[in-house]
Amino acid sequence: MINYHPQFELMHAFVQGELSASLTAGVAMHAEMCSSCRQQIDALTEQYAQQCFEAENGQHGASAEQEKSIDFTVQDDELDEFFRDMLKDITASDGITDNQQPSPHTVLFSGQQYQLPRAISNIPQGKITQLGKLSRSRLQLNEGDVRTSLLHIEPGGVVPEHTHDGFELTLLLSGSYRDDQGYYQVGDFIMRDQRHHHQPFSEQGCLCYTVVNDALHFTKGLNKLLNPIGNFIY
Amino acid sequence: MQTDKTRLLTQTDNASSNAMATNMCIAMSNEKFNQVSTTALKHAEHKQLCYWLSAVAQTRDKQAFTQLFRFFAPKIRGISIAKLSNEALANEVVQETMTNVWRKAHLFDASKGAATTWVYTVMRNVSFDLLRKIQGSKEDNLSDDIWPAVEGVTRVEDDFHDHLASREIMSVINTLPTNQQKVIKGYYLMDMSQDQLAAHLDLPLGTVKSRLRLALAKLKQQLGDKHD
Repeated sequence: MINYHPQFELMHAFVQGELSASLTAGVAMHAEMCSSCRQQIDALTEQYAQQCFEAENGQHGASAEQEKSIDFTVQDDELDEFFRDMLKDITASDGITDNQQPSPHTVLFSGQQYQLPRAISNIPQGKITQLGKLSRSRLQLNEGDVRTSLLHIEPGGVVPEHTHDGFELTLLLSGSYRDDQGYYQVGDFIMRDQRHHHQPFSEQGCLCYTVVNDALHFTKGLNKLLNPIGNFIY
Repeated sequence: MQTDKTRLLTQTDNASSNAMATNMCIAMSNEKFNQVSTTALKHAEHKQLCYWLSAVAQTRDKQAFTQLFRFFAPKIRGISIAKLSNEALANEVVQETMTNVWRKAHLFDASKGAATTWVYTVMRNVSFDLLRKIQGSKEDNLSDDIWPAVEGVTRVEDDFHDHLASREIMSVINTLPTNQQKVIKGYYLMDMSQDQLAAHLDLPLGTVKSRLRLALAKLKQQLGDKHD
């Protein structure tokens, strides 16, 4: 059962294509597993489509050309030359583009094979680096400060207590973990920011998709020594 | 006039700025929707767009495509100029989107939604990939993987929803008092247990139970009235 869902604002931005690729993929993978969010997304998509193509006084403002085109009776010669050329160019070829069947991609962590969701299956992965029961592979999305990884925790593994300067998204792809704020299972979409201190612990092991946009700070005792390797883990 | 769905989307739940709001996709507060006045296309116009799309798909009908082009291209350009503040890029979005409409019309499935919704998703994907490209990242065209449903991938059976029915139910739920809405939405839409709800809302379990009971009785009465 999925208990943690993306905030509604995030879904708005997702539907409009305005999130970073890493967060977009995170919302997409969650929605693949969560029918209620999928329904919301479908409804929002319909809503935005209406706003774009049917609004008379929408947020984009109705330009003269928009108003003209709502009239179904306009003649060909009302398209300007630029558009006429484009139209000709597009229809010059009769070819069609078919659906690309996704090739299933898997990833191997600590001897265990995991099937990757489609949203991230074609993103190149960095090599797996390991620290105790944690191992991580960076996804090469090239988004500057925003770092995206697959993080695997072996059974009994724990991430030292830490906090964040920016945000940290964890999407559980397999297994489960807990921290002092809850117990998380496959599909849960967990967004944390600098207000949260937490220490994820996974009894049975888990595979997470993580996105962070800034350095982590380990907050407790000896673990403070880990701060330089915060970048390693996430 | 607003549709039931619009009401669902505009309903604001000020009372819950807490974790409940964060975690419930249903608790929405987006004012954008309140400000935009949309004039929905008439049913016949939607049907016309679907007809043109299927003519393009089945017979590569250039005349039908010209009609689609005339309807969509200027709008896509207007939207993209507003979004990208760059005319050349906006034109690229128009060209790429309309090319996909021409080449992928056979992937449009009228039973899954309006033609405008499909074209919107094609346009959204084109600008997503284009923005990623110009932001110096990569030309990896991730959008097809991220939004595969756009391209007509069929979903598994158990995803079937009776949209009309659930829309109507949502509109009735939204007429309930806020505290009853919260338990109903949490329990039925988010699949939370009564215990979890009690913890989330910081209420005694008994209160959650009685609110659920009250809300259900009201729903039954309302829906019953309508379905006589």
